[in-house]
Amino acid sequence: MITTRYYGQFGGAYLPEILVATFDQLVTAFEAAKNDPTFWQEYQNVMSTYSCRPTPLTFAENLTRHFGGARIYIKREDLNHTGAHKANNVMGQGLLVKRMGKTRVIAETGAGQHGVATATMAARFGFRCTIYMGEVDVWRQRPNVFWMERLGARVIPVKEGTRILKDAINEAFRDWVSNMDDTHYVLGTACGPHPYPEMVAYLQSIIGKEARAQVLEIEGRLPTRVYACVGGGSNAMGIFSGFFDDPVELVGVEAGGDGLDTGRHASRLASRDGSIGVAQGYKTCFLQNTDGQMRETHSVAAGLDYVGVSPILASMKESGRVRFEAATDKEVLEAAALTIRKEGLIPALESAHAFAQAFKEAPNMSSDDLIIINQSGRGDKDIFTIADAFEDPEWRKFIIKKAEGYRA
Amino acid sequence: MLESYLRSRLKQKDILLMTHLVVGYPSFEASFKIIEAMVNAGVDLMELQVPFSEPIADGPVILRANQKALESGATVQKSLDLAKSVARNFDIPFLIMTYYNILFKYGTDRFVAEMAERNLKGAIIPDLPPEEGADYLQAMEKYGLAPIMIYSPTTPLERMMYLSTFARGFIYCVARKGVTGQDTRFSEELVSYLSNCRKATKLPLAVGFGVKQKEDVDFLKGKADIAVIGTQTIRIVEEQGVEAVGDFIRGLR
Repeated sequence: MITTRYYGQFGGAYLPEILVATFDQLVTAFEAAKNDPTFWQEYQNVMSTYSCRPTPLTFAENLTRHFGGARIYIKREDLNHTGAHKANNVMGQGLLVKRMGKTRVIAETGAGQHGVATATMAARFGFRCTIYMGEVDVWRQRPNVFWMERLGARVIPVKEGTRILKDAINEAFRDWVSNMDDTHYVLGTACGPHPYPEMVAYLQSIIGKEARAQVLEIEGRLPTRVYACVGGGSNAMGIFSGFFDDPVELVGVEAGGDGLDTGRHASRLASRDGSIGVAQGYKTCFLQNTDGQMRETHSVAAGLDYVGVSPILASMKESGRVRFEAATDKEVLEAAALTIRKEGLIPALESAHAFAQAFKEAPNMSSDDLIIINQSGRGDKDIFTIADAFEDPEWRKFIIKKAEGYRA
Repeated sequence: MLESYLRSRLKQKDILLMTHLVVGYPSFEASFKIIEAMVNAGVDLMELQVPFSEPIADGPVILRANQKALESGATVQKSLDLAKSVARNFDIPFLIMTYYNILFKYGTDRFVAEMAERNLKGAIIPDLPPEEGADYLQAMEKYGLAPIMIYSPTTPLERMMYLSTFARGFIYCVARKGVTGQDTRFSEELVSYLSNCRKATKLPLAVGFGVKQKEDVDFLKGKADIAVIGTQTIRIVEEQGVEAVGDFIRGLR
């Protein structure tokens, strides 16, 4: 029997028969790890010696003064090794791969963060590694491809479909159905068939556990609101989970792209364009047409450019536990620019969505209110994308000159 | 009933042929002609794949056919219309093959009702295991259609028996790991897998994935009841045109 799990009406395990035995093995390994206290200890140990856990909770004094409302704290997932919260999930799944005795890992990647994190984990643990990445994203994120390859991974550009994240996930599944005996699929977010949503949320819950303890230690009280960007939803699940049982408002911020009314966005929950469907092995809100064909999505942030969303978050939208908003590409760039100038912090464009929404709301809150923004990743390594987004003329000249140098 | 039709055909032939086609690829007119050619060449039953944007179990050839069909305007309604027209014109059973989201968005009960109304005989939904398919199985039962269950080489005997309790018509045995359209080794391993499948069910066995030539079909005689030709006919159409389909099918048996 397939072990399935639903969150409200969302989730499930819509598996092709060929993968049923593999998922059976994965569910068993995950359950065993979850019930084994030494697993979490080992996980924390790896994350504190190989990555930078616990990551700090930074008081954003200048931004707080600038907006004159709520006191703003920033959870610094950007300080993880490889520069994003993706490391949490990847190292945790790496430990599971060891337990299962597999020797090869595959992963999809959008922005490249999850790909780099997986390739890093594979290098560290000695696994063979193949990364699937949409051709469009390979073009957008060449520096990450460079590092994945240096780390020993094979990067396969996916030329099918819309050539972005969802297509990379499909290709990873196609690899897996051939090679499941020695291969584990390191899915990067809290989506996909059970146990992935639960497993990824479990590994990312380290963010929320830390953030809650840190804010209580610094301020002696809970925040009013917590903001996180939502692509697949893993960083949001991670930080939110620390506050599920508290009277804390949780705000998920999706990619508004060119604006929700333009149709060019990746907002499945905050827009009216999402509807319930089943794809990639799970049931959630997708951006799809009335026939059930998935639509093209758009965001300046490749990591948020995805048609589906964590079934756990979809159920929390329905129950009202999490409020969903969207930030446009333009708002996101402004928020990133302000954060860089005011705090000397460089959020990834994905993370900057959470900042943008927080900045809309902070001025209207009182100085007694605390908010936490999850800086899920760092932006400095996305210099090509960010420089393009800011249309920096000097950068442009530099690239042209550099290209001329290569041509010579 | 699909099963009794297959049984009576099996009295006359040592193996049956099921072919596959992505509806609307390369066009709806071509789809009709391909189906006509296949029926005239003696195909015993056919699966009509309603295109989906995320065909996760399919390899590159069928994946591309899905995309091209959608790009040139294939819709669920047009696909059902074509299914209706071929079921009316040709005297073999037609099945729908597609992914669950197509049924789910249409309304599973409504979709199954439309299949029945169009005189289709069953469906193959590779991403819908029975554990998640209660609504679907109930509708298929209600309208008297055959939900085709899938066995794979990784399926334990016990699970095969469990799947058989939901199955009607026949069982689709996936010949190997992987997606559609890759080579299959027709080996002793496949023979022992198929004999396991036999133990698990009384239904006829169809074998698909990588079946592409006469030798493959010959190999399956006596070990399975239906040989499934999928990707190869798409390749034939792409390389040699619709006209080549009939000869290709006739050469298989």
